[in-house]
Amino acid sequence: MKYELVAGFETHVELTTNTKIFCSCTTQFGGEPNTHCCPVCIGLPGTLPKLNRKVVEYAIRAGLATHCEIAEISKMDRKNYCYPDLPKAYQISQYDKPLCEHGYVQLSNGRRIRILRIHIEEDAGKLVHRRGDTLVDYNRGGVPLIEIVTEPDFRSVDEAKEYVEKLQLIMRYIGVSDCRMQEGSMRCDVNISVRPQGSEQLGTRTEIKNMNSITFIAKAMEYEYSRQVDLIESGEKVVQETLRYDDATNTTSSMRGKEDANDYRYFRDPDLVTIHVPRERVEEIRASLPELPEEKKQRYMEELGLPESDALLLTKYRRIAEYFEEAAEGTNNPKTAANFIIGQIFRSVETETEKEAFDVAVSAAQLRELIGLLDSGKIRMNLAKATLDKMLETGKGALELIDEKDMGGLDEGALQALCRQAIEANPKAVADYQAGKEKAVKAMVGYVMKNSRGKADAAQAEQTIIGLIKNA
Amino acid sequence: MSESMIKAYHRLLTEKKLSCRELTQAYLQAMERDNPALNAYVTPTPDTALAAADAVDAKIAAGDAIGLLEGIPMTLKDNISTDGIRTTCCSKILENYVPIYDATVWELLKSQGAVLLGKTNMDEFAMGSSCENSCFGGAHNPHNTGHVAGGSSGGGASAVGGHLAVYALGSDTGGSIRQPASFCGVVGLKPTYGAVSRYGLIAYASSLDQIGPITTSVEDAAVVFDAISRYDEKDSTSQGRSGEPVSSTLAKGITGMKIGVAKEYLDGVGEDIRQSLEEAMKQYESLGAEIVPFDLPSLKYALPVYYIIACAEASSNLGRYDGIRYGYKAENYTDVNDMIKKTRSTGFGEEVKRRILLGTYVLSSGYYDAYYKKAQNLRGSIVAAFEKAFAQCDVMLAPTVPTTAFANGSAVSDPVETYLTDICTVPVNICGLPAVSVPCGMDRQGLPIGMQLIGRRFDEEGVLRAAYAYEQISPAFPKAPFGVTL
Repeated sequence: MKYELVAGFETHVELTTNTKIFCSCTTQFGGEPNTHCCPVCIGLPGTLPKLNRKVVEYAIRAGLATHCEIAEISKMDRKNYCYPDLPKAYQISQYDKPLCEHGYVQLSNGRRIRILRIHIEEDAGKLVHRRGDTLVDYNRGGVPLIEIVTEPDFRSVDEAKEYVEKLQLIMRYIGVSDCRMQEGSMRCDVNISVRPQGSEQLGTRTEIKNMNSITFIAKAMEYEYSRQVDLIESGEKVVQETLRYDDATNTTSSMRGKEDANDYRYFRDPDLVTIHVPRERVEEIRASLPELPEEKKQRYMEELGLPESDALLLTKYRRIAEYFEEAAEGTNNPKTAANFIIGQIFRSVETETEKEAFDVAVSAAQLRELIGLLDSGKIRMNLAKATLDKMLETGKGALELIDEKDMGGLDEGALQALCRQAIEANPKAVADYQAGKEKAVKAMVGYVMKNSRGKADAAQAEQTIIGLIKNA
Repeated sequence: MSESMIKAYHRLLTEKKLSCRELTQAYLQAMERDNPALNAYVTPTPDTALAAADAVDAKIAAGDAIGLLEGIPMTLKDNISTDGIRTTCCSKILENYVPIYDATVWELLKSQGAVLLGKTNMDEFAMGSSCENSCFGGAHNPHNTGHVAGGSSGGGASAVGGHLAVYALGSDTGGSIRQPASFCGVVGLKPTYGAVSRYGLIAYASSLDQIGPITTSVEDAAVVFDAISRYDEKDSTSQGRSGEPVSSTLAKGITGMKIGVAKEYLDGVGEDIRQSLEEAMKQYESLGAEIVPFDLPSLKYALPVYYIIACAEASSNLGRYDGIRYGYKAENYTDVNDMIKKTRSTGFGEEVKRRILLGTYVLSSGYYDAYYKKAQNLRGSIVAAFEKAFAQCDVMLAPTVPTTAFANGSAVSDPVETYLTDICTVPVNICGLPAVSVPCGMDRQGLPIGMQLIGRRFDEEGVLRAAYAYEQISPAFPKAPFGVTL
């Protein structure tokens, strides 16, 4: 029998507000343990939380970017549980009145992953186990989070991967999170069940907690899918439980069963007042959202005529798209800028962080200047390419690197003369060409290019050489 | 009639008839002499007090003007956080806890030159009506030390009633300022929820807690209230208060004021208390006020609603005492969970554990709807009933407690019977209203009786004006045989 995978995601995304959700401590990652703390975020007796307005705004941005409805009235609740990383023994979160509801993320196969809700909450501290001791670092405690919960709409691991990538992309675009999975600023819990293909009924699900890489998510889902299918095939039952994924062994193991599930005793936090979000404020935030990657990609394809693959690459990071738009502005063909960026400039950015920052040696204005020289016929493509490489190395502008005398093309006579020189200098190539090896002409074109310092037009040179050989 | 002690001392200080150091020392000496009998203070702070006093004296010597509260010796309940001064909530679990920040109220008073004599006794985490749930033992009634001072702010009421402080700040979650004030024959004001910042008040039940003054006169209560009722950005539920200081409106009189009396409040009230209240009503009529009788049937839900909500919030608020970061930590444990379990089992007293268990129960899945949710809905109906009542009257008159001070030891022997005595005070917290308890007589045992005046939200002015008018014509009640006599 064929089995269908059914999965849903709960994704925690740390917001990049300057200060924590309920106090004015910094949200900066790292720092000496327990230095980004104050009486409020370590929950000293008598302290009270004060909701950071920016957190509400960021969460609304996230909600709008994923097509959610924004609640006019919302509130904060206490989720009570006891763990040393949670200094108040409750997490301030949202239970039955989340800020955002009923949105979706569109996948490339046309399916929509429905977003059930997005709510705001505080992060917990971190336990550090060392030499048999356990230490607590509360720097992360009180860092604002949004939790994005989907419906069980995933039917394949590929869909899950695309969703996580898309979510990352959207959150970075709208500037609410850096979504660095390795630093824990984006973490996923996945609910998984399987059912016979064609069945409408949901199977018993398990939940894999706290995964912080797309690769691990994919592997864990694949493993868990097979494990559940094997269980069913061998006549056993899937047990509802919470699992952890071990990337070393690529297996999942049980953290706790259903009967050990916490009773969180949610109730409204009496220390915080009702959150009113006026409709005008929602519209203001909506108007301030940048063009989202999906819309940008469509525009690049439809209005700028870029192929889908290029449009995708250029919209994957907000800074890259901005760079591209600035470089292509006012030039004859946006494709030229796209080619330079994808073909050459991308080589200088390797890591995610570098791509995200896109702080490259050649500024967008410098690239535009180079394209301007091409557009006006002052230089040829191969010189432009060579120059761009030098620009990337030196950080200098095109005009600094290209000699005045290199400017402009070769006139007809000079090209003829160079082509003759090339023929004379390459008797073997001439003979090969005459013997039917058409490729042999390339060696002579290369000679012309080299000796014209790239000013010659390669196609024109090839025609001229062929003409000269044939007429000889 | 009681005159303002704050004003009297202020005059002596500014006229240089008394130095602030002399005044402070008089209180410190009285404390040393009488505190063993009253057990009002759990942490005296003589060094802090004398340093503050000397600063005030220096100011006076330099010819600078001083504020009304400047140099006045006072106390804080031991659940109000004081930077560098032990703050225990009279619980073993916080026996060695020293805060690293000041509560907003203390910040405000300190900046106005208050002289802190010490931290006062209370029921553990403010849970109780006799002050006997204190890990330091109960505070005693200055009118008869065989009786309790009341609770939970028993230490503050005992100190003020026993003249070991000019005024005290207490906290009131279900009557914890008004009830001990009533027992000790002093004035206790529970302000409107949101009038005074709760920042730094160690929470018992966050939606009910409010800090307020305990004083020997209505005027002093108004002066202290004016000093602490400020909006505080650190407390989202704080609103502060605007308009003219309440203390300057007291003498406006109460002609035409409608004073409501709900018969449900008088049900089951002791005979001496009923008589005193009826006498007070007559006096109000003689002052030109109108007594308006009405029914308040939803009052019968107030106690269960209070105990469910207060315990639910407490079960969450007290979760943080786990021995990890501060306070008491159990010895001999096997792992972190065992440590937390043992710390909480041995660190909390019986009453606190009872309320944590109750609160945990009413919030648990399966019971939430039957208890917590129902209590929240009923809270709404009680609020609505009081709003309706205030359409017919300006302030309400009620007993503060159906009894006078309990004999030592009797309250803890039957907790439920003791819970029932909170009936007159808890509705005010449920609705977030202001209310004051003023002395209105003595019972046949010579124990003080208190009368409660309840007002509309943020109408401290109405409540205190009514109390002040009565105080001006009421006879002088006997003073307790303790403390400073100048």
